[in-house]
Amino acid sequence: MIKNYLLFIFTVCFLSLSAQENIPKNDGVKTLNTNYTVLTNAKIYVSPTQVIEKGTLVIKDGKIVSVGNGVSIPKNAVITDLSGKSIYPSFIDLYSTFGVEKPKGPDNNSRRPQYDATREGYYWNDHIRAEQNAIDLFKYDTAEAKKLLQAGFGVVNTHIDDGIIRGTGTLIALNSNGTNANRILKEQSAQYLGTQKSKTSKQAYPTSIMGAFALLRQVYMDAKWYDTGAAKETDRTLEAFNRNKNQVQIIEAGSKMNALRLDNIGDQFNTQYVFVGGGDEYEYVKEIKATNGTFILPINFPDAYDMENPFLAQSVELSDLREWNQKPYNLKILADNNVPFALSTYKLKEAKEFMPNLLKAIEAGLSKEKALAALTTIPAKIIGKSNEIGTLKTGAYANFLVTSGDIFDKKTTIYQNWVTGVKNELKTIDTKDIRGKYTFNLKNTDYELTIKGELEKLKSEVKTNDKKLGSKISFNDDWLNLTFSTTDTTKQEFIRLVANIKDTSVLNGKAIFPNGNDTVFVATKKTDSKSQDKKEKEDDKNDNEPKVDKFYPVTYPNMAYGFENLPKQETLLFKNVTVWTNEEEGILKNTDVLIKDGKISKIGQNLNISNAKIIDGKGKHLTAGIIDEHTHIATSSVNEAGHNSTAEVTQEDVINPEDINIYYNLSGGVTSAQVLHGSANPIGGRSAIIKMKWGETANNLIYKNSPKFIKFALGENVKQSNWGSNNTVRFPQTRMGVEQVYTDYFQRAKEYDAKKKSGQPYRKDVEMEVIAEILNKERFISCHSYVQSEINMLMKVAEKFNFNINTFTHILEGYKVADKMKAHGVGGSTFSDWWAYKYEVNDAIPTNAAIMHNAGVTVAINSDDGEMSRRLNQEAAKSVKYGDISEEDAWKFVTLNPAKLLHIDDRVGSIKVGKDADVVLWSDHPLSIYAKAEKTIIEGVTYFDIDRDKQLREAIKKEKNELTNLMLQAKNKGLKTKPIEKKEKEHFHCDTNF
Amino acid sequence: MKNLKYKILAFTLLFSVVLIAQQTPAPKQTTAISIEGATAHLGNGNVIKNSLIMFNNGKITFVGSAMMKIARQGNVIQAQGKHIYPGFIAPNSTLGLVEVDAVRASDDMDEVGAMNPHIRSLIAYNTESKVVESMRPNGVLLGQITPRGGRISGTSSVVHFDAWNWEDAAIKEDDGIHLNWPNAFSRGRWWLGEPTMLKENKDYKNEVEELTTYFLNNKAYQASNKSPKHLPFEALQGLIDGSKKLYIHVDAERGITDAINFAKANNIKHVVIVGGYEAHKVTSLLKENNIPVLLQRVHSRPKNDDDDYDLPFKLANELVNAGILVGLENSGDMERMNARNLPFLAGTCAAYGLDKEQALSLITYNTAKILGIEDKVGSLEVGKDATLFISEGDALDMRTNKLEKAYIQGRDISLESHQTDLYKRYSNKYKN
Repeated sequence: MIKNYLLFIFTVCFLSLSAQENIPKNDGVKTLNTNYTVLTNAKIYVSPTQVIEKGTLVIKDGKIVSVGNGVSIPKNAVITDLSGKSIYPSFIDLYSTFGVEKPKGPDNNSRRPQYDATREGYYWNDHIRAEQNAIDLFKYDTAEAKKLLQAGFGVVNTHIDDGIIRGTGTLIALNSNGTNANRILKEQSAQYLGTQKSKTSKQAYPTSIMGAFALLRQVYMDAKWYDTGAAKETDRTLEAFNRNKNQVQIIEAGSKMNALRLDNIGDQFNTQYVFVGGGDEYEYVKEIKATNGTFILPINFPDAYDMENPFLAQSVELSDLREWNQKPYNLKILADNNVPFALSTYKLKEAKEFMPNLLKAIEAGLSKEKALAALTTIPAKIIGKSNEIGTLKTGAYANFLVTSGDIFDKKTTIYQNWVTGVKNELKTIDTKDIRGKYTFNLKNTDYELTIKGELEKLKSEVKTNDKKLGSKISFNDDWLNLTFSTTDTTKQEFIRLVANIKDTSVLNGKAIFPNGNDTVFVATKKTDSKSQDKKEKEDDKNDNEPKVDKFYPVTYPNMAYGFENLPKQETLLFKNVTVWTNEEEGILKNTDVLIKDGKISKIGQNLNISNAKIIDGKGKHLTAGIIDEHTHIATSSVNEAGHNSTAEVTQEDVINPEDINIYYNLSGGVTSAQVLHGSANPIGGRSAIIKMKWGETANNLIYKNSPKFIKFALGENVKQSNWGSNNTVRFPQTRMGVEQVYTDYFQRAKEYDAKKKSGQPYRKDVEMEVIAEILNKERFISCHSYVQSEINMLMKVAEKFNFNINTFTHILEGYKVADKMKAHGVGGSTFSDWWAYKYEVNDAIPTNAAIMHNAGVTVAINSDDGEMSRRLNQEAAKSVKYGDISEEDAWKFVTLNPAKLLHIDDRVGSIKVGKDADVVLWSDHPLSIYAKAEKTIIEGVTYFDIDRDKQLREAIKKEKNELTNLMLQAKNKGLKTKPIEKKEKEHFHCDTNF
Repeated sequence: MKNLKYKILAFTLLFSVVLIAQQTPAPKQTTAISIEGATAHLGNGNVIKNSLIMFNNGKITFVGSAMMKIARQGNVIQAQGKHIYPGFIAPNSTLGLVEVDAVRASDDMDEVGAMNPHIRSLIAYNTESKVVESMRPNGVLLGQITPRGGRISGTSSVVHFDAWNWEDAAIKEDDGIHLNWPNAFSRGRWWLGEPTMLKENKDYKNEVEELTTYFLNNKAYQASNKSPKHLPFEALQGLIDGSKKLYIHVDAERGITDAINFAKANNIKHVVIVGGYEAHKVTSLLKENNIPVLLQRVHSRPKNDDDDYDLPFKLANELVNAGILVGLENSGDMERMNARNLPFLAGTCAAYGLDKEQALSLITYNTAKILGIEDKVGSLEVGKDATLFISEGDALDMRTNKLEKAYIQGRDISLESHQTDLYKRYSNKYKN
């Protein structure tokens, strides 16, 4: 024990001495090792593209002195011959938490929401932690290092995985024998960012990813302002953020969608992020490429689901089945599209899963060269250390692996992992292969010994006269120990053999008998079982290892009902159809409509266009596409509930184009919608106005030159009436307070805007900018509203600040103040017949739309509900039933009127020459419950077609069956499977709190 | 809107919920009424164009053609071009048990405890509910008032929607017991850091076992001298003697199969599947055992992204074509105020495959049969209650569903409501 300890001390001293001079020494005389370490005759991968056969590597003081074929070897060199072996630069993981303990949550267990920051002297939001440095928490973790070394890693950039801005990382060499003096390659290396809040604080804001994005933007602006020296208070976070600006910025996106969203933010602030991805980037590879970002990617692939129970199996969706099939191809597809990427172990349970998964990706087509680059040169480039790590060129750290051969081959063994010139032996490099069949004689008894199994784990079989004897073998450092039982099984006695092996054709040693006597023994090899054994092993492997199955094509979106190829704009001619123009012409029977270049081109009789696709409209109805003034589909996040005003957040940041509800909306004739923020606060977030372009990316769904909208809300939701007894502290808790919130924010925005316009320096504040846009009549309010008192109040507040409310949405008591609404000039977008779900909707009536309409208010019927939105034509019909509205006017409630309220009626909402060709072909009278949308067309592109839908159903069934079979096969092959889980559908509406 | 986290409500609010008496129930029918010339949709699949319907003392006395040379009794209503329907029935409903979702004090639908067969909805049914009266202008005149929650929620009763009190409202008292079948999926417990995805419910077997044991104990109790009395088992007796039906609320294929086997093993005479999203996968089993389905809300989205977008719309058609007796129910988010849309659920079933008269049966005759009240209501047939209405047009389409007259047991009921009162009040405000 003491001996080992001394040895350890010695090693440490020796190493430190080799690096540092002039330090006091009181435990002996000073020694200096100035020798070289030289490795010869190895295949050396200097870089993924530069390979030296039979090369020499010269190392001193932890760095590479020279590398090549004709390298001169200094006299004072310790030389190791590595004939037949390969040397690779060791791997680098840039997204690591190595040696950094997970931050803990706060002690306070209060369920009351916390709105203020916990810290003093730092940023106003606890989740922005640019001042953190991983080095301050860093504690070298030898056990974890061992696992990483075994997986081939030599350097990691570790960081504090906590918060939206997480501060700097630290570049660490995994030198377990040295001290931090040898390990820290760079103290502050990269700034890390993410989208999740800090675990250390319960500060409520942001409650949503949309809020996290807004907060991130505000930090950039605040940092810039702080940098001018104009801030009155010290903010150590912003100081650090400004310091860290020149570091590489590594941001955890976690998915393709977030990478695209964050790239928009980066572009805004001239920052090119390095994205930590999610492994699904292949689904949008073109857009991913367009970010110009480098990716750090996980290499965890989903296990197959256990599909044996058909009842459970049927709940697994096509997208999940495909993910299993497609994810191993992610790296190949990215490489094919020249997206640069590094690899990380961060989503793996254990580092040892890394190589098998990488081999799977290589089997799926990733080139070995790209794989090696992703582990060496690319991460080195990202972190700005291309000359020092990830390479074996002169001057670089001596970080490398010694392997038995091609590192991306299943059979290859990594013998050694050298870090900064220090060797870590993982497996004995020159283990003798003693496998085979031997015979020997002891005390006139003939024995037959078979040694087999893997080199690292040998198995033995001892027989005498065809009788098998129990035996156990071990073989370490050329010493063989074999114990086997005597033939007399009643006695439980053993004979032990011990031999030092020099020559594998003969085992020469000593046998010790149960009585303690010993004798010399000689076992002679009869056959070499090595070759045969290996073959068996390979066969085994071939059966067990996953064969990468056929690649199932990605669709847009990559789920059921996605398009294999996006549909194209067409020239379409509808013949003899009943056209609901929504214009002065009214309803035209037996009319032709030509759609060309995405626009309504002609309306008339007997139109004949040579190259148009003819659609027979006999007995059918053609209308403008339905527009939903109020929806929460196609979004990843609805409410930012962390503040009472969140004008800084925007739905445009979080549009989710992969929501099946988009397809459902199309099947109900909906072509446009306003995706609104929820109603958690008096001043909500900004809207996204979208078209239901199923298969397109989020940016393509959003209207170009979109009118600017923001959600406001009144009543029970904003005063948190139904949020539970813990939520009684946020201002406002009454309708009285709501008025003051508005007055306060409008007044502040007015003052802000005045200061801005005066040319004085000012702190740019997105929230104030947005509210000032309202005052400047550049942004419109759509306000969630129920009872007349508050409706009237908001109009009065707006009038005081000299602008108008654009739309009251829901507006269930609009009928009580319809005259005032008309006078103010506000529109009403209401439910057809909802009521009685809250106290404040006791007086909601299904004739509300009719009364408002009759009073001259522009009226729309909205859904706020993913189910109802696909039946909005029927909801419009209820105004005919309850309020005796004419059918033409009722139809406008879900088409032209919402277009007017959204200020897009110059583009959509009616069938008029020159407008966007957003139309629906109905099987029947469009207000009738018996009508089905047969084709839903946006800008001349048929996004929904009832016949194509039928074909897709068949295709989905077929593909699901095939993939299910493949999963069953996977289980039969003995591959790991996971139990079935069912994603729960999130059906968003105003009150969804995230 | 919906799904609010109704955790608390300010106490002041509790005291301010004053439920004002609404439309006054109509007096007993004293004069015979004849409706002539309308298209009569009988509810049992038949239609009579240019019909003559007569009723007296609350009962239908004649159903036939207006061409018949027969004396018109009492007051004659000329209804040429209009449509007559039997009153629509809303089964598995909580109407009258809750007034406003977010107001806890107005909520009487879910009692504490898992096994509550003795809990009776009828006595909590609020005939003064403003929501209930809003059903009538759409033709929904009857409902099965059903408690919610637990494994066995309790006992439902069938009522009509024009009464002074629950006793007068009852059409069939304690018609059946409602059992929520265990779910094959369970949700991760987020507070323990488990993913919130649905996964196989490992307790499914135990939960079924628990039910089986409960029913075995009930059997033993029924064979005993029943002393001391066991209130829940007393309530279960009706399931064995056939006086009550067992409504099993279950959606999944496996659950339906297990539930039917469970009912058979326990000698339960009348079983109804409520929900039945996957009932179309077990039609032969349902048919073999003569088990009807009260099908889940037609106006809902598919539960799986891969499902046909119109799956919920066409399920009724598939079941009817397989020979199953089907009615429509509407439970779910905002189910009470939404119950007035029941006719349009049937309309959608017609749009997606069913014949219109068959679709009508889903909310009239079929439902009456399923609830065991077909001797009184559900179709226009001589001898049944005169619970019917006249609509300007096709009542299954919102475009044309406009009631002119409605009768419950021959009584000429008001089609006004809190909502129409407000409509009139404010329409007049702007006229002046």
